[in-house]
Amino acid sequence: MSEPHRLPSPIVNAENQAFWQAAQEDKLILKLCHACKQVHYYPRTICPHCGSNDTTWVSSEGLGEIYSFTVMRRGVEFPFAMAYVLLKEGISLLTHLTNCDFNEIRIGQKVKVVFQVTQDGQNTHLFEPLN
Amino acid sequence: MSFSNNACIAGIYEHPLRVAPNHTVAQLHAEVAYGTLQDTGLTLNDVDGYFCAGDAPGMGPVAMVDYLGLKKVSYLDSTDLGGASYLAHVGHAARAIATGQCKVALITLAGRPKSEGSSGTQVRSHHASAPDFAFEKPYSPAPLNTYAMCAMRHMHEFGTTSEQLAWIKVAASHHAQHNPNALLKDVLTVEDVLASPMIADPLHRADCCVVTDSGGALLVVHPDIAKSLKKPVVTIMGAAESAKGQIGGKVDLTYSGVAWTGPRAFAEAKLTPAQIRYASIYDSFTITVLIQLEDLGFCKKGEGGKFVENGQLISGKGTLAFNTDGGGLCNNHPANRGGMTKVIEAVRQLRGEAHPAVQVPHLEFALASGIGGALGTRHGAATLIMGRL
Repeated sequence: MSEPHRLPSPIVNAENQAFWQAAQEDKLILKLCHACKQVHYYPRTICPHCGSNDTTWVSSEGLGEIYSFTVMRRGVEFPFAMAYVLLKEGISLLTHLTNCDFNEIRIGQKVKVVFQVTQDGQNTHLFEPLN
Repeated sequence: MSFSNNACIAGIYEHPLRVAPNHTVAQLHAEVAYGTLQDTGLTLNDVDGYFCAGDAPGMGPVAMVDYLGLKKVSYLDSTDLGGASYLAHVGHAARAIATGQCKVALITLAGRPKSEGSSGTQVRSHHASAPDFAFEKPYSPAPLNTYAMCAMRHMHEFGTTSEQLAWIKVAASHHAQHNPNALLKDVLTVEDVLASPMIADPLHRADCCVVTDSGGALLVVHPDIAKSLKKPVVTIMGAAESAKGQIGGKVDLTYSGVAWTGPRAFAEAKLTPAQIRYASIYDSFTITVLIQLEDLGFCKKGEGGKFVENGQLISGKGTLAFNTDGGGLCNNHPANRGGMTKVIEAVRQLRGEAHPAVQVPHLEFALASGIGGALGTRHGAATLIMGRL
């Protein structure tokens, strides 16, 4: 089930603030490089694939599948499911899985993005299984 | 340009303590520095190169040169690749010695994470200013969960099992029983490992390394100096380093940066994995060993599980003796950084100074390999190949 507590907040800075502003509207945006036509993650002003600064924000449907995951069961205040989700755009992002039975998570499972408010009020992206 | 056989590891010292609540970190650095000097017969006044990483207090080499009282240092290096730093330092020291920039390089590591309450389930605070952490902080990336995702993916792609991972811990425990300083000396079975609590699927508590207060030091010296000392001469044949991250989002958790450093170190040493009978493999977790063994070419990618099972890493029993001091999994993981002790045990093996129960007979070559940071997000990697002259 979804976490009963708030996650730590991301760190908003000059380079990533558009990403987090979009998250406040429950939107996932990614950085696309016009020079090499590739999307990258986490977002930078300069493309890590080719070095071009001709990068712009593009919206993502937030659909993908679980590339890998773990359930953090001990040594933390609340158990959580961490995952890499491989988006349809071809890049993987580190995230949490929510709205699911942690014992039923499988690699390859289809998921979609959802947003959750963190400790200081900033939204962040999580993923839940598609039914 | 190859720097093969232009420098030697003349001094090794591993701090005997595993819990040091009444030591400072600087004091532990000094104790291991004097320990390694005593191992060689050289003195502090002979040291003209000094190397340390992020575990050193204050401004690293600036604070430590002053604290130790080093008076003639002409070469400094504070490269930080996490736990792999000290493997990289040996390579850097060899190149500095080969190019005449110093003759006696001291490398120290120390820390007291056990007394400070460190755990592999916690987020490491040094990430706070990193650009990646801005995005990852909400998800609490810690050593355990990020390594666990590598193990989960390896199992998915290649059919690796928890039993196979457990064999790595079992082999380490067989070696640790002979090490009086080891934190964990009990011999474990596969069943023992699987019965330990699940921390982060699929990693059990026994898949994890220990947390210890301790330290270690090395002296890398010019071959002329090494040959004038009493101990067997251990030469540095190959050294390579790199760093691997998320590759702009093209994440592949099935291999480490050692896939790049291993082949380069072997090429410089002009050796192949088949010629290596002892290897120190950084063992922060069992999966760390398995992935490096594949990346180093001891077996094909995906076949690490079969390579390690049934005691194949136990000295005297299997095909490749590994971590005969008990490794980070059972013996020591000072400052949460395991690269130093990897070099130390490899040198003990080449000198014939390992415990008789685990000593590999007539050893000519040894390998030490490590990754520092997080296998599942971003890490430094370094591989060393050493030989006995």
